[in-house]
Amino acid sequence: MPIVIENMSHVYQPGSPFKADALTDISLTIEDGELLALIGHTGSGKSTLAQHLNGLLQPTSGRVLVNGQDINEKGTNRRALRQQVGLLFQYAEYQLFEETVYKDIAFGPKNQGLTGDELDRRVREAFALVHLPEDCLEKSPFELSGGQMRRVALAGVLAMKPSVLVLDEPIAGLDPRGREELMQIIDELHDKGVTIVLISHNMDDVARMATKVAVLDKGCLAMHGTPREVFSRGDELEKMGLDVPQTVQLCRQLRRGGMDVPDCLTDEELAQAIVSALKGGKADA
Amino acid sequence: MLKDITLGQFYPVDSFVHRLDPRIKIILTFAFIVGVFLGGTLWAYIPVIAFIYLAAKAAHLPIKMLLKGLKPLRFILIFTFVLNLFFSGGDTVLVKLWFIVISKEGLMTAIRFSARLVFLVTGASLLTLTTSPVVLTDGLERLLSPLRKIGFPAHELAMMMTIALRFIPTLLEEADKIMKAQMARGADFESGNIMQRAKAMIPLLVPLFVSAFRRAGDLAMAMEARCYHGGEGRTRMRVLKITKNDWIAVAVVAAMIVLTSLL
Ligand SMILES: Nc1ncnc2c1ncn2[C@@H]1O[C@H](COP(=O)(O)OP(=O)(O)OP(=O)(O)O)[C@@H](O)[C@H]1O
Ligand SMILES: [Mg+2]
Repeated sequence: MPIVIENMSHVYQPGSPFKADALTDISLTIEDGELLALIGHTGSGKSTLAQHLNGLLQPTSGRVLVNGQDINEKGTNRRALRQQVGLLFQYAEYQLFEETVYKDIAFGPKNQGLTGDELDRRVREAFALVHLPEDCLEKSPFELSGGQMRRVALAGVLAMKPSVLVLDEPIAGLDPRGREELMQIIDELHDKGVTIVLISHNMDDVARMATKVAVLDKGCLAMHGTPREVFSRGDELEKMGLDVPQTVQLCRQLRRGGMDVPDCLTDEELAQAIVSALKGGKADA
Repeated sequence: MLKDITLGQFYPVDSFVHRLDPRIKIILTFAFIVGVFLGGTLWAYIPVIAFIYLAAKAAHLPIKMLLKGLKPLRFILIFTFVLNLFFSGGDTVLVKLWFIVISKEGLMTAIRFSARLVFLVTGASLLTLTTSPVVLTDGLERLLSPLRKIGFPAHELAMMMTIALRFIPTLLEEADKIMKAQMARGADFESGNIMQRAKAMIPLLVPLFVSAFRRAGDLAMAMEARCYHGGEGRTRMRVLKITKNDWIAVAVVAAMIVLTSLL
């Protein structure tokens, strides 16, 4: 289910003194099986863009096509669409409401019309995906920690089996371990063929996992390409208030110090580049 | 969606009227209302309309914005007009159709009553559109503070109003967000009969209440951490001062009232 965004703009509260141009003339294609990282400074319009992907917000101008169909045309079944394009909100733990975790996860698939064994299977499958202790299932969601609640919320979205998953800063406010685990879950889902749109401020994760990166700056699409392409333009990113991954930072400093290494995106790659550069240096000597 | 509801409807621009002392503005609004009721003839409404027009200009308010406040009242307005038109009695008959009688006196009363209602609402809107809620409650607190001597909790009341007003947009925003999050999980808030709709509200209301209580707790803690202990001996960051402009405003309103009661 490719998603195509064509010349989309969004204005919040048009015609009032509080009018805000959140997105301006965005054109972007999200291919099947892609893991697109959406990065940008606070207030650059990432969450706004995310909410257009399943029709929660309608563009002020332009179109959003999911599977070739304009989702804002009259007669489009938006509820059906939302089951295909799952969206996990920023601070999703605040959306839990049921008496037990089980019931909360079942909310989505129940709205899809599932019942009985099928429903039970979906809930347990989704619950297994997020790696929570087994006894959580019958607990009240309000007894859990913030990070655990976030995972329950994720399970609630996964239980609908979306083929595109949009995650709005899923790791914000989690501890390193929780972050690592959540990224692992996302990686696993991506391997299973789910298309993923990941909004994140963590450039290391983006460099490690993303197949494509889109950069938003003040509501405009500033860059779009592979992580390597995007992170090679470090100076521009810094001007937008963004970082490059630590590995890339290190590579730049090494080059400044005279060592010949290319930009590396992962630890392993970096280690190899340094080793071969050192060996090369020795060979010269 | 929910965001379109504006309460307090402050219009944030900078102007002569916006900068007036809130105490003066509150008193003047009451004076204005009394003034409107002093006018007996239709001529008396000319200074009133002129005043509203001038005030709106001085406040950089679009007239449309001012009239928007009347929209919720349109049925009451029509009702008032029709009721007075047909049932005021009077001798000078203008129209007579079967049992419907419209007299000149009836027409006058109808116009007078509806006009008063319109002026009342626009007058109040002038105040709320040009005064931010926080400043408004501040002014109210200062006006009511003499009543503290007889045990009236002026400060507490104002603080409660300030907090409530401060959190209305926050809660609306939160409700909007939760609603969208549940819609992303296939919730349906728009169709079904009353029972189904009421049930559909649960996924919205539970998280909203949970977060409202959490916020209330956090706020209380934050206030205590900064040594809040009521209004006793508290100094102000924004000290209200009556300036020359305030006296000009008083003079203008006084002139309007005098003209209205003479005409
Ligand atoms: N409901 C709204 N009404 C008016 N303006 C809004 C609304 N929501 C967002 N905005 C504005 O739109 C712009 C983009 O907001 P958005 O939430 O999409 O940013 P973001 O990139 O997700 O930021 P963050 O990293 O902080 O989550 C901001 O300038 C914001 O002030
Ligand atoms: Mg955001």
